[in-house]
Amino acid sequence: MAQAEMTGDMMRTADGVPLKLALERALFRSRLRAVMLVAPLFFFLLITFVLPIFDMLFRSVENNIVADILPRTVVAIEAWDETSGELPGEAVFEAIVKDMADGKRDKTLGRVARRLNFEKSGMASLFRKSGRKAPKITEAPYREQLLKIDKRWSDIDLWKLIKREKGAFTKSHFLAAADMQYTPDGSIEMRPENRQIYTNLFGRTLWLSGLITVLCLLLAYPVAYLLATLPLRTSNLLMVLVLLPFWTSLLVRTTSWIALLQTQGVINDLLVGIGLIDDDSRLQMIHNQFGTVVAMTHILLPFMILPLYSVMKTIPPSYMRAARSLGATPFTAFVKIYMPNTVAGVGAGSILVFILAIGYYITPALVGGRTGSLISNFIASFISGSTQNWGLAAALGVMLLAIVLVLYFLYDKIVGINNMKLG
Amino acid sequence: MSSLPPYAGPLERTWFYTYRTICAAIFVFLIVPVFVIIPLSFNELPYFTFTPEMLSLDPAGYSTKWYVEFFTEQSWRDAVSNSFFIAIFATLLSTSVGTVAALGLSSPAMPFRSTVMALLISPMIVPLIISAAGMFFFYTRIGLASTHLGVILAHAALGTPFVVITVTATLVGFDQSLTRASASLGANPTRTFFKVIVPLILPGVISGGLFAFITSFDEVVVVLFVGSVEQRTIPWKMFSGIREEIRPTILAVATLLVLISMLLLTMLELLRRRNERLRGMSPG
Repeated sequence: MAQAEMTGDMMRTADGVPLKLALERALFRSRLRAVMLVAPLFFFLLITFVLPIFDMLFRSVENNIVADILPRTVVAIEAWDETSGELPGEAVFEAIVKDMADGKRDKTLGRVARRLNFEKSGMASLFRKSGRKAPKITEAPYREQLLKIDKRWSDIDLWKLIKREKGAFTKSHFLAAADMQYTPDGSIEMRPENRQIYTNLFGRTLWLSGLITVLCLLLAYPVAYLLATLPLRTSNLLMVLVLLPFWTSLLVRTTSWIALLQTQGVINDLLVGIGLIDDDSRLQMIHNQFGTVVAMTHILLPFMILPLYSVMKTIPPSYMRAARSLGATPFTAFVKIYMPNTVAGVGAGSILVFILAIGYYITPALVGGRTGSLISNFIASFISGSTQNWGLAAALGVMLLAIVLVLYFLYDKIVGINNMKLG
Repeated sequence: MSSLPPYAGPLERTWFYTYRTICAAIFVFLIVPVFVIIPLSFNELPYFTFTPEMLSLDPAGYSTKWYVEFFTEQSWRDAVSNSFFIAIFATLLSTSVGTVAALGLSSPAMPFRSTVMALLISPMIVPLIISAAGMFFFYTRIGLASTHLGVILAHAALGTPFVVITVTATLVGFDQSLTRASASLGANPTRTFFKVIVPLILPGVISGGLFAFITSFDEVVVVLFVGSVEQRTIPWKMFSGIREEIRPTILAVATLLVLISMLLLTMLELLRRRNERLRGMSPG
């Protein structure tokens, strides 16, 4: 330790540096050391995790397909006044015929056809048909010849759509994800009732996640209370029954729920065996919402039991004894004294289970069927399924992420990220 | 409520036994799905249920042929080696980077501690489907999609929060004067790290590593999106198996995975006890 001595009114270390400065330097060094230790993980996560998330944010508004594949058209259409009520001029038609011929040659036309088809049905077939014939049109009048190929080119709404989607960014994926659409003249309206898919889907995801959270809470509370009040030796043994499912592979648990719940499965066989139901009226418990709720409640239950248990463990048993000695019935003592003390655990567990449930993919994909699938299943099918629509998948993903981040923020406020414990 | 007090009335008595029964039922709900697949995996017939022969304990109703199929079929063997290859490298990566970061985070001098912590934990909170979608988009751009390296990096990212959480938890009880003592005795920081810090935080590092390992070993969403057939792991095979042709081989694999998780659970419990002994707490 450096020796401090008084020189005038300033404290100095043995080698004459003011003490304040020396202290600042030492603090700076230890701060730098801490930052340097965290830096590798920080940059690692930046590249492997944060940038991918930003990429998804970007994809949800990115809109370069029209501008990339129809470059001449987006320049030429700039001069067209969409409020005039007339078709664009010959120059725009010449541009789109040449763009389509190029797109056909480079095999990129299908992408713009698919992209515009999300906005207006029939666009894919129109572009495919016209793309085949466009290379044959080599001289004026372009407009007349293109209209001869397909008279849908005389639809002013189609040109308005191309002009609207020529920019580098678009709101249309988010509008689609919120069940809204552009009217032909560019204002925004809700889709017709029968085509409102995603608000219903978000509603169903939130409702099922809420239901699963409540079921987990109802099942976890008595068990956590038992574990917290039993002698340590017994409760440690019973804890294994909670931790073993927690550590067992998700797919294993989903597989066993399939074995248990399917129509030719264990539970139906058992019910038929004891004569509760007929062989031909077996219960349909899988590939519907029931399957999703049961399997996910089972899978997420340990995430509720563990935080509840750790909070209940800290409540001194003397509180309940004091309440009883003051004349409270066991019920009153439990409701008025014990339960208010467990609120933190209830909050922590519920938010955790809800966050996990809302983004679940595997279990609903395997046991949910059509009615029990969640928002994640739609996102996945828009990325790798038969209807590829990355923009819409990204927009739905961003909305899901926003919900989760709000809940994460709440969790941080209630529990504190630093207090998160495992196992 | 550990036992009934002698003065308990009949109502309290009834409630006590009702409550115990409810709890027993919940424990059954928790544990039966884990164990029911074990006898089912020895089914002679390709069904996911108990046949009459199995119920009458007739040896002819049982068979180990699904295990034989698992161990002999090439695609399952590839899946096993892929799973271990990816999980081991992802674990090594996330454990080393995560442990070093946890040391920095535990230092009182760390600026913006809680913000940084929230960011480093986020791979655990963000829904897997979103991470998977983002990684699919981004890794395709930079050429990491459909490579082992891509899947390893993705899994390592998902595993780091567990390492950070367990190691920072171990460091809460760490006596900082030990490093000063080591320095005053002439050890340089590297020597102090390996001779003083590492032995003390090792239980936390290993249990964080086990979490990271199981995260990668169990993970299927990210592999489905970032990987291709070349990176097909055990969970991937199970997932596509359940979706396409459902065979009891999956039950045999599931049984083996239950055994692995039992092993992991035992190791973690032993580590927890060791850690508590090291810190002078009584083992629970």
